Amino acid sequence: MNLTLVVWRQSGPNETGAFKTYQAKDVLPEMSFLEMLDFVNEDLIKAGDEPIQFDSDCREGICGSCGIVINGQAHGPLQGVATCQLYMRHFHDGDVISMEPWRAKAFPVVHDLVVNRSAFDRIIQSGGYTSAKTGKHAEANAILVPKEDQEAAMDNAACIGCGACVAACPNASASLFTAAKITHLAMLPQGQVERARRVKRMVERMDLEGFGNCSNIGECRAACPKEISIEAIAKMRSEYLRALGSTEAKED
Amino acid sequence: MSPLRQAMRSTVGKKVLMAITGLALTLFVIVHLAGNLQLFLKDGSKFNAYAHSLESLGGLLYVAEAGLLFFILAHAVNGILIKGSHWAARGDVRYSRYQTKGAPSRQNLSTQSMIVSGLTILGFLVVHISHFKFGPGVAEGYVTQIQGAEVRDLHRLVVETFRQPGWALGYMGVMVLLGLHLRHGFWSAFQSLGAMSPRLSPVISVIGVVLAVLLALGFLGIPAWILVDPMGVYR
Ligand code: HEM
Ligand code: FES
Repeated sequence: MNLTLVVWRQSGPNETGAFKTYQAKDVLPEMSFLEMLDFVNEDLIKAGDEPIQFDSDCREGICGSCGIVINGQAHGPLQGVATCQLYMRHFHDGDVISMEPWRAKAFPVVHDLVVNRSAFDRIIQSGGYTSAKTGKHAEANAILVPKEDQEAAMDNAACIGCGACVAACPNASASLFTAAKITHLAMLPQGQVERARRVKRMVERMDLEGFGNCSNIGECRAACPKEISIEAIAKMRSEYLRALGSTEAKED
Repeated sequence: MSPLRQAMRSTVGKKVLMAITGLALTLFVIVHLAGNLQLFLKDGSKFNAYAHSLESLGGLLYVAEAGLLFFILAHAVNGILIKGSHWAARGDVRYSRYQTKGAPSRQNLSTQSMIVSGLTILGFLVVHISHFKFGPGVAEGYVTQIQGAEVRDLHRLVVETFRQPGWALGYMGVMVLLGLHLRHGFWSAFQSLGAMSPRLSPVISVIGVVLAVLLALGFLGIPAWILVDPMGVYR
């Protein structure tokens, strides 16, 4: 199939970008979206042009590197998949496909479709960890965790930190990311020690990075490749209110 | 910084304030409509007596009014601040194309128009209060008798106002916006308070829609009823 690609090109963080149009010829339906871009880039390189830059690593939906706003939707038209898991069979011959980077003040564009997501790293550094002892790991059943708690923790641990929640949110809010991390650890025994401090510090950091507030729209959930529920955001708020009364957070 | 002040500066705290003030205003609006349903009665004396009994609350009324004013202002100022932070957060370059992915996203006209519906309600309140609360009263000849005493004939003012199509249609339009505001707002408030679970969410969502529709229809019904006057009592 033949496609028209309208792609955001920006040669550096401080350069002004613009859309450029490319023709993609003989694209196969079994190509992934990123393979299609590789294919187009080969032609660009042969012609002596700058290839379109985009992020990717695992190409199987587990690393969180990839992410393009395709036709106005983060990770494209499907739900529950990252850009690398989107296949060209979901498009038709003659389609015009627009591609933009994640747009958020806290995610500055590095080049073309590549953005700097280190704001997420700083949110994790502020509290998204448990201070566990290193050394020989404990016997698996030494600490029992109720099944529902395991499930809830696991659902939220599925977050790959791709940033689609921020990209899709009309407010560019990082609430789903931050809430997933907070909920994941709050559900487990290992997360109890720093529980109050964690939510306070992570929310503080999230605000400091310049993300927007959450209006409970749930666009993040629809864009999340791991389909993490916005129930996590309600949990983040109740955890925050709970922390207000705790001495652990007060002494922090 | 005290923990409470710090909390109020956080995004989470701002939403909690939004939710508490929003729900308090919702409660007020329900009570307000319940009282105003008496406007559907042919005989205005019931409504006038009700309005007069509120006026006679004295000090208690001032406390209630001050409380309402505080809730409205806190809600409105906070809402405008939150909206401002959204604009800044998107950054300098906006999407050239943006499309919702659909359910389970709740994005709809209601979520997209929160600031527009809110600001319209704020503007409406200025007109509404200056017209009905501080507008023409006993001195201007809007007088009626209740148990021998001379009191304000608010019923006549309401009827005269809504017999004018401009006023009636304007009020009806704003009430549609109030319904839209609450259609998202009611569910959203519980999510903001962290009082949500997979079992509760659809229930609150349905209550929110029903409440929004009933409140909008109830409030919009009053000017519509008086304007159309199907029983021919106001002609
Ligand atoms: C006075 C003018 C008003 C303005 C400017 C305003 C503005 C707003 C805005 C912008 C939001 C969304 C906040 C967000 O994006 O997170 C909101 C939420 C809400 N509003 Fe209003 N509003 C007003 C009046 C009202 C009234 C009269 C009611 C009740 C009858 C109400 C009930 C609510 C509720 C329940 C919410 C949801 C709170 C939440 O999301 O946590 N608002 N308002
Ligand atoms: S490249 Fe790893 S998730 Fe897409």
